[in-house]
Amino acid sequence: MIAYNTAVVLAGASLLGASTGLVGGFAVLRRRALLGDALAHAALPGVCLAFLVLDRRNLPAMLLGALVTGILGVSLLVGMRRATRVKEDAAIGIVLSVFFGAGLALSRIIQNRASGGSRAGLDSYIFGSAATMRLAELGLIAAVAAVCLAIVFVLYKEFKLVAFDMGFARVQGWPAGRLDLLLMGLIAVTVVIGLPAVGAVLVAAMLILPATAARFWTERLGKLLVISAVLGAATAAAGTLISAQFDGLPTGPTIVLVGAAAFLFSALFALRRGAVARVLAHLRFKRRLQDQRLLRAIFEAVEADLPERPVVTAAELAARAELSPAALHRAAAAGWLSAERGGYRLSEAGLARAASVMRGYRLWRLFLHEYADQHGAFGELDVEAVDERLPADLVATLEERLAAEGTLPHAAGPFARTSR
Amino acid sequence: MTSEFSFADIDWNQAVWTIAAAALSGSACALLGCYLVLRRMSLLGDAISHAILPGIAVAFWYGGTTAALPMFLGAVAVGLLTAVLTETLRSAAGVAEDAAMGVVFTSLFALGVVMIARLSAGQVDLDPDCVLYGRIEFVLNNSMIWRGYEIPVAMLPLSATLAATALFVALCWKELKIASFDPALATAMGLSAGVVHYLLMGMVAVASVAAFDSIGSVIVVAMLIVPGAAAHLLTDRLGPMLAWAAAIACVSAVLGYFAALYYNTVVAGMMAVVLGAEFALAALLAPRHGLISRAWHQLNLTLRIVSEDVIAALYRAEETSAALAPGAPQRDAGIAWAACSRLAGGGLTGWLALRRLLACGDVEAENRSLRLTEQGRHAAQSLVRSHRLWEAYLGEHFNLPLDHLHEPAERVEHYIGPKLQERLASELARPGVDPHGKEIPPS
Amino acid sequence: MTTFPKTQIPQSQPTAQPANAADEAAVLDVHDVTVAYHRRPVLWDVDLTIAEPGLIGIVGPNGAGKSTLIKAILGLVPLASGRVRVFGQPVDSQRRRIGYVPQRESVDWDFPVSVLDVVLMGTYGRLGWFRRPGRRERDWALECLRQVGLADLARQQIGQLSGGQQQRTFLARALAQQADLYFMDEPMAGVDAATEHVIFALLGELRRQGKTVMVVHHDLRTVPEYFEQVVLLNMRLVASGPTEQVFTRENLQKAYGGRLDILDAAADAVAARERSR
Repeated sequence: MIAYNTAVVLAGASLLGASTGLVGGFAVLRRRALLGDALAHAALPGVCLAFLVLDRRNLPAMLLGALVTGILGVSLLVGMRRATRVKEDAAIGIVLSVFFGAGLALSRIIQNRASGGSRAGLDSYIFGSAATMRLAELGLIAAVAAVCLAIVFVLYKEFKLVAFDMGFARVQGWPAGRLDLLLMGLIAVTVVIGLPAVGAVLVAAMLILPATAARFWTERLGKLLVISAVLGAATAAAGTLISAQFDGLPTGPTIVLVGAAAFLFSALFALRRGAVARVLAHLRFKRRLQDQRLLRAIFEAVEADLPERPVVTAAELAARAELSPAALHRAAAAGWLSAERGGYRLSEAGLARAASVMRGYRLWRLFLHEYADQHGAFGELDVEAVDERLPADLVATLEERLAAEGTLPHAAGPFARTSR
Repeated sequence: MTSEFSFADIDWNQAVWTIAAAALSGSACALLGCYLVLRRMSLLGDAISHAILPGIAVAFWYGGTTAALPMFLGAVAVGLLTAVLTETLRSAAGVAEDAAMGVVFTSLFALGVVMIARLSAGQVDLDPDCVLYGRIEFVLNNSMIWRGYEIPVAMLPLSATLAATALFVALCWKELKIASFDPALATAMGLSAGVVHYLLMGMVAVASVAAFDSIGSVIVVAMLIVPGAAAHLLTDRLGPMLAWAAAIACVSAVLGYFAALYYNTVVAGMMAVVLGAEFALAALLAPRHGLISRAWHQLNLTLRIVSEDVIAALYRAEETSAALAPGAPQRDAGIAWAACSRLAGGGLTGWLALRRLLACGDVEAENRSLRLTEQGRHAAQSLVRSHRLWEAYLGEHFNLPLDHLHEPAERVEHYIGPKLQERLASELARPGVDPHGKEIPPS
Repeated sequence: MTTFPKTQIPQSQPTAQPANAADEAAVLDVHDVTVAYHRRPVLWDVDLTIAEPGLIGIVGPNGAGKSTLIKAILGLVPLASGRVRVFGQPVDSQRRRIGYVPQRESVDWDFPVSVLDVVLMGTYGRLGWFRRPGRRERDWALECLRQVGLADLARQQIGQLSGGQQQRTFLARALAQQADLYFMDEPMAGVDAATEHVIFALLGELRRQGKTVMVVHHDLRTVPEYFEQVVLLNMRLVASGPTEQVFTRENLQKAYGGRLDILDAAADAVAARERSR
């Protein structure tokens, strides 16, 4: 019996999480995330009013009330933005806080009025309590969630188009305005059915967290939505389970914390886009640029003396470029140069690499000089990447120019290309 | 909905101190909120006021109150952390700004709620709901005696917060102004906009923590945003804007309290509702930016333009009839009422315009048609002069075909005053006729 | 329409170091500056030295990095490499001597400040933290407003002004800064001809007082008329120096690539000036 109950609750929570995650993906893309928050807060008075009118807890009625005041709030928001000089962020804040305050006032009135049990029912709309939901209610929520999922599935490519470029969609003949409205409607409905489970204060998190976490794993919309839905379902299920286990843990915040943990993990450790990966890549890149600067500077200093490799003093180097001691250290450790009395001397391998760097640098400079209007397409900080970025025949032409001027760098031997 | 409520039943001592607490905390938030609204950072204020919750939970765990300074500072630090985390997420991780805020504050708020729920399950006297709407009703529970008066302890941190806020605003008046208006210039001048930003966010966190005890974290949001937004509609100067915001906050404290008594509900909730009502009033009634004022100005402008169209048409009718029947008295020329109404755009606007013309004496009615009076003829003459001078100007300086001249002149004629007429006339060397050959009336 | 008084900016208060040509340090020294957004360079290895005071135009196609160059000099964007010196010192220590007129689009016209308030902001740099502007600053600000012909609009909220008036307000603010080196980002964008005339008269007067003004300018045709020195920029420095030497067809071709219609107009302007010699 208990296992069955838990299973149903979990199923309902997962379905809910999947739909909020999915719809949330679009919401975040359209920058409507906080609008969902405003909607959730504005829904509270509607729930209370439904309760007052019917004098008992009735899920469909309360959800309907929530939808009504939620949409009223958003309409006022849009009206405020259009008709007055109030800006969007202030409008969201106004609607959010005033409506929610009204809802709180109403909820206390209800609490005073009613006897006993109904208070817990109302409270769940503020902080959520999936675990104490009744089976029938769960059924309604699950059904609505399933419908939302189905709509997104069917209209996927239309929503994708509208989310990405409304103008283009309109020009192509799609009813972009109505599609957008449908999307907003889905967001509203999803928010409202999330209320009993997660509560008004935090349901916005269910829209935002899975989608933002998913962004760290992929750049393609389709994959993002799938990951977002899966994450949403997983965190909702996990959160519900955990909060059911421990007494005194409201469901909503628990689900959000699980979601936040998932977000944190994604933000830090996702391959390529996670913070750790990015910081490492950034450091690597900065080091590479510094190494290139150093090699360039030292090559310039000894170019006239090639193929001899005289010692270059630290002062000379500093005059050519701002260099850090760490860069010099690294170069020495890597064998590009050796520290000798009075300064630094390029090694053979170092000379080859320096020549390569200088070649890349001069090619770039010539390219930017001659083809100034193309730099947007080919801009690149890493001068050694010139052969990858520019077409080969162009590189050949530029090399000829440099050779003719006598500025094409070559090492004392066959020209060596260093690999990365 | 209302309990049996009568004024005689009010505990005035309770009322005064509760209102005072609400007004103090509300004013501090309102002052800072003005800058948030102007900088389009209202939602960051929302975020901070939610995110301080874990810090407050810790403070309660240790001391049962946020009045102790180290706890206070700790909670503030968490609030400041929100701003830092949001910015980090945005710049380092490339998360969109609103999503970054949403992630940070919901996570921190959830953490705080969980902590408080566990605390209240344990021993501390803390109701999770108070997180939402504070415990201002209990402000007198903890009081001290000072010079024979019983004063709630909470007054101390609240007064200190308001004083600190006022001091901050006064001291950094110009820094706040320039950093909010033109951050690039401020930084270029050496008044780092970044420093000002974090100072402001810090103060917002301070005010939120102080207000938390009295009005709860969700209503703090209302106090931060609504007074500032309403004040912005009411005035165009920064000083008065701050004053209005503080006043709006105080009014909501007073009215909110009594409304809460009347409906027997939470003070914080009713304060938010009162704030909403005040905002709605401001949006409707503000002298320059209110909806009613703008609609009124718009209506006036429309009426003026269509009235001028009507008398110009009457003048032209007179011209035509004079041309057709020279010698006949001009006074006979007129246009039927219905036709005038159509000229004025028909419907209510048309009717209003015609009434206006009659009332100010520019036209007179006779036998269901309208005629110009002497005064009206003068005004119409000036209009037609403007129109034809403009046509002459366009014809002279732009290569426009003849039939393209009337439209622009129709629109511009209402805005050309006598001085501009003079300049046009002298520039065009006092022409006698317009490009269509019609006589340009004398001034 | 207002008539513009003869531009006569009162001598500003003397600065700590007089900005005259005999000064050892160059006015501006930009060395090896690279600014990048992620890995895409916006400015690449820019080397620029302005040795003496002058009126300098910065030109280049869209996306060339002109605004970025100014922001990099002022420290508003981080440098990927290189360094900047102003009057021989790091920028941070010289902020009192630098004036900045940013691009106009980013302003919030609903902000509750009057025209006088905006011009007063120009004096904030000198006042430093916490000091309030007093009688002297107000009088100076009003004087600057008078010089741009906006004295009677001092109390208006800025949203009520026309485009040209707004631009003149920002110019008055720049004057109020009493700087020795000014950076202006497209001050002539979207203003009427009369305002443009006022702006350049003012710039000329600043120049006569020995100040340096660097202006990002969008209209190639008026460059030879207005600027004595020119900086041609397109991610890299294409050329810089006296206008006659630098503003040639060849250099313009290098900076703008193949955009012939602009080039033709510019080349005509160049040729016309050559002919008039």
